[in-house]
Amino acid sequence: MAEPIVSLSGITKSFGGVKALVKGELDLYPGQVTALVGENGAGKSTLVKILTGVYQADSGTIRLGGEVVQIGSADEAQQMGISAIHQEAVIFDDLSVAENIFISNRPRRHGFVDWAEMRRRAAAILATLNSDIDPSIRMRQLSVAQKHLVQIAHALSYEARVVIMDEPTAALSYREAQELFAIVRRLKAEGRAILFISHKFEDIFVVADRYAVFRDGAAIEQGQLADTDNDKLISLMVGRTVSQVFPKLPAEIGGEVLRVESLSRWPEFADISFSVRRGEILGVYGLVGAGRSEVMQAIFGHTIPDSGHVFLNGQELHVRRPEDAINHGIAYLPEDRQGQGTLLRLSIGQNITLPILSRFVHHGFLHAGEGARVAEEMARHLQVKMSSIDQPVQELSGGNQQKVVIAKWLATDPRVLILDEPTKGIDVGTKATVHRFISELAQRGLAVIMVTSELPEVLGMADRILVMRRGRLQASFDRAEATPEIVVRAATDA
Amino acid sequence: MHFFKFSRDAGLGALTLLLLALVSIAFPAFISPSNLFGMFDDTALLILLAFGEMLVLLTRGVDLSNSAVVALAGMIAALLNQAMPEAGVLPVLAISLLVGLLLGMFNGILVWQLRLPSMVVTLGTMSVYRGLVFVASGGAWVNSNQMSPAFLDFIRANVLGITVLSWFAIGLVAVAVILLRYRPLGRNLYAAGNNPSAAAYAGIDVGRMQFVAFTLAGGISGLCGYFWVSRFGVAYTDVALGFEMQVIAACVIGGVSMAGGVGTVTGVVIGALFLGIIKNALPLIGLSPFWQMAVSGLVITGAVVVNARGERSPGRRILEQSSKPETAAV
Repeated sequence: MAEPIVSLSGITKSFGGVKALVKGELDLYPGQVTALVGENGAGKSTLVKILTGVYQADSGTIRLGGEVVQIGSADEAQQMGISAIHQEAVIFDDLSVAENIFISNRPRRHGFVDWAEMRRRAAAILATLNSDIDPSIRMRQLSVAQKHLVQIAHALSYEARVVIMDEPTAALSYREAQELFAIVRRLKAEGRAILFISHKFEDIFVVADRYAVFRDGAAIEQGQLADTDNDKLISLMVGRTVSQVFPKLPAEIGGEVLRVESLSRWPEFADISFSVRRGEILGVYGLVGAGRSEVMQAIFGHTIPDSGHVFLNGQELHVRRPEDAINHGIAYLPEDRQGQGTLLRLSIGQNITLPILSRFVHHGFLHAGEGARVAEEMARHLQVKMSSIDQPVQELSGGNQQKVVIAKWLATDPRVLILDEPTKGIDVGTKATVHRFISELAQRGLAVIMVTSELPEVLGMADRILVMRRGRLQASFDRAEATPEIVVRAATDA
Repeated sequence: MHFFKFSRDAGLGALTLLLLALVSIAFPAFISPSNLFGMFDDTALLILLAFGEMLVLLTRGVDLSNSAVVALAGMIAALLNQAMPEAGVLPVLAISLLVGLLLGMFNGILVWQLRLPSMVVTLGTMSVYRGLVFVASGGAWVNSNQMSPAFLDFIRANVLGITVLSWFAIGLVAVAVILLRYRPLGRNLYAAGNNPSAAAYAGIDVGRMQFVAFTLAGGISGLCGYFWVSRFGVAYTDVALGFEMQVIAACVIGGVSMAGGVGTVTGVVIGALFLGIIKNALPLIGLSPFWQMAVSGLVITGAVVVNARGERSPGRRILEQSSKPETAAV
């Protein structure tokens, strides 16, 4: 085999005291697609950011074409011929589509931006992606999936020796994903080295030649994909054979608690109808950007739907604000735990008692001790690993932060619990604990709605599965009839 | 691409013309060429400073120190002229520009390297710079009789019907359009303010962009220091006191977003002219100065409300266009 274009060895990176990468090793070869696999928090994204100059490694060496290089900034990485489709949206909403594509290398004439040329070349790249997006409109006007396509176009906008794709298919339909694979094969034939990061093994086996597995910030193994299989990759990823990751407990399913009828909110979702019963876990599956969170936010009163009805125990609700929803016994755990779910600098106790503070007010004064006792009981029950109830939430691990958020909402004694990506960014061990809690909550008679993008999670946990696609309800499956194939097909428009 | 912004600029332009028409119905002399040119000369300083402020706003910053830079650079220009009245205008232009650039750089370095919020930085330097005016002058005024004829006459000189000061404003607008529309640097200012984290991924150094914006804004403010002192024929500690608010107002009326990344040069120019017309028309109507302040304030608040409505995001676009229901909420 030829020499690798890129060779990383001994890369380490820490943030504060947290080690994100302890042993980053990776080789990328010309004309080959290397799949990088690993759990959330395995260090994949950190490695990508180091390779693209967004972060700088604490130690270790990066070789490019055999020479040791320092990648000091994103600009330098681009000049070295490293391009990337990042997982985070790298989007400028108020600039044109064309400028978004050529943001780091605008076509120039005599030092001035050549807008006509930029539009022409943007249209040409979009045409290779089989897209007819008008390059001169503002990015803000595009849909989520179209924005994703523009990001792919950006990565193809300059002559890159190395192309990194971090979860490129997360928001793509089946057809769009096939088009992306065709582009990957073309880049491969042109002799470029491609790093392909995906949670979807079916994508990896279709498109990749080699694999590299990361676990807990360290490179575990690299090799030829032909010499391995699905199960071996998974066991390398999680470090043990997978069984009972999702211990769903049987629960008695009772009467209907929440019913949603023809809920619509332009331009987010349309005509959504479903119901949840006591003790039931309703899984809501779909691609990133399918509109699932938007539906939940409308039910919770974070946004107001244009039309439709929501019933709780047969009574129609008129929720205008989250406060109304909380008072009716609806709790919502947002996807963005750090941004929307927790007040990181406040203590565990303060976070847990936040929605129920009024209970501890007597004669106009807050009795903090009483709140702390309730919070402590709650935290112990959920086995939050903490030094004391006064510890700031930001010192906890992701999994324990999530337990604090769950504890906070359980303290409100809800009847309906909406969980939006409850295990996102949580390590495998804690994941199982979070799943067991969710099961227990259902056993205690709560109606649980669980929004998730993880197929094993929804198949393992849900009594019933709703599938959303492009803002609409696509299908509904009972636990018994749901197979990975039919659920994925409904979500991706196969 | 600029449909929304174009229509907004056009709307504001129409509103400005309407205002002009209304005033001139009551006072026909208001739209005589000489009055219009005079009004433009009157507004030139606001246009110049508003463009500098726009650069900073584009990168998600705000510059409160520009009026203090005007005062300090103006005082230094006046003192230089007083010490060397024979040297002419060129050294005065050079020194006021240089002083402005340095003061702007100082703001920019604090924002860039220490990652301090620009509002806090310029709130501090605003006082520092104005304090230095007193230090430089010992509290004394420099009056027009202490300024050389060349110093006073330069910006008033009539070239092709309008003053040199007006030409400076027009020239800067031309440079601004080229910079912000056709130079990669100008486009990067927009990108850095529109989405700083995405800009970092795209290889744009957001902090450096802020530094560049503050430096350019400082240079413009410095030049305006000389212009101001020469135009009003006096340099003292309180020159342009509070003028930064009018400058920010011109930008906001002109459609520059306080959240960064959005704004056009055309909008800023019309915003400044709009304020200029109001300022010149209200005394004609016989409104007391206090009512004039209240009316100006209302106009500015109104502009902020209009901008906020324009910027509110309707949510993520997920549904395909064709599926929009007929009965969508109004």
